[in-house]
Amino acid sequence: MTTSAVILFPGLNRDRDMIAALTKISGKAPAIVWHTETALPQADLYVIPGGFSYGDYLRAGAIAARSPVMPALREKAAAGNRILGVCNGFQILTESGLLPGALMRNAGLHFVCREVKLEVANAETVFTRGYAKGQILRCPVAHHDGNYFAGRKTLQKIEENGQVAFRYAEGTNPNGSLNDIAGIISEQGNVLGMMPHPENLIEPAHGGVDGRALFEAALTRIEQNAA
Amino acid sequence: MFKARITVTLKNGVLDPQGKAIEKSLDALGFEGVGSVRQGKVFDVELDTKDGLKAARDLEAMCEKLLANTVIEDYDVDIL
Repeated sequence: MTTSAVILFPGLNRDRDMIAALTKISGKAPAIVWHTETALPQADLYVIPGGFSYGDYLRAGAIAARSPVMPALREKAAAGNRILGVCNGFQILTESGLLPGALMRNAGLHFVCREVKLEVANAETVFTRGYAKGQILRCPVAHHDGNYFAGRKTLQKIEENGQVAFRYAEGTNPNGSLNDIAGIISEQGNVLGMMPHPENLIEPAHGGVDGRALFEAALTRIEQNAA
Repeated sequence: MFKARITVTLKNGVLDPQGKAIEKSLDALGFEGVGSVRQGKVFDVELDTKDGLKAARDLEAMCEKLLANTVIEDYDVDIL
């Protein structure tokens, strides 16, 4: 059985779905870590779920990104441990500098809550290796601040490095993200942030299982944790 | 005691959908000649110190560390 840990901040609301998905796929309930903790347990995968940490005050994810647990997460990231941030989790990872760029208010100003098509842009990461490059997945989105932005140099760099993991398939960009970016991975390849919710498409009762391969890949047992 | 006003605005060239919505609304209200509206944030901060240099340094650090996301935003500090 693999192990995972879910980091919780006040105001998140997609934690139950994430915990259920991790429990089903890994065979073991994740450790729950409150944001005031300053140490993290050993785990194969660390996850920040979606929601509205601190009510999205100041900027989405900004206050959570400065909370006591973050230095420990930063250490785990530097040591090569796998970290996944979904939706508000993605916003927290960009705000903390663990991923490049920023997530701004949706270009259309509306909160979007619907299913989109995702294209797998890089199928060689520890998270996406269960898919084929160019494969189109169904995935739900639900967010108000998912408009990915990065400066010209940063954007060029992440494109050249293959750090774009997922794009919204042509014509389905719900938020105005540059280059249709839906999810990016760190330079080191161990931190993934994405706006869509793969945890909501992991069993037939959800109407599809397109998100399952992401968790199966990410939860592959790491025999010797780097830290 | 120092009082400062920090203004945070989106960088030039960064799309501001909220500003655009306000711009359209002003237009709908009949205000002619509104070229463009950009929305920002204002923080009024009181600092309990007599050391002006320290106050200026702290205010700058507050902007860099929390109040502004320098990927997309610029900030301006005015001592009142």
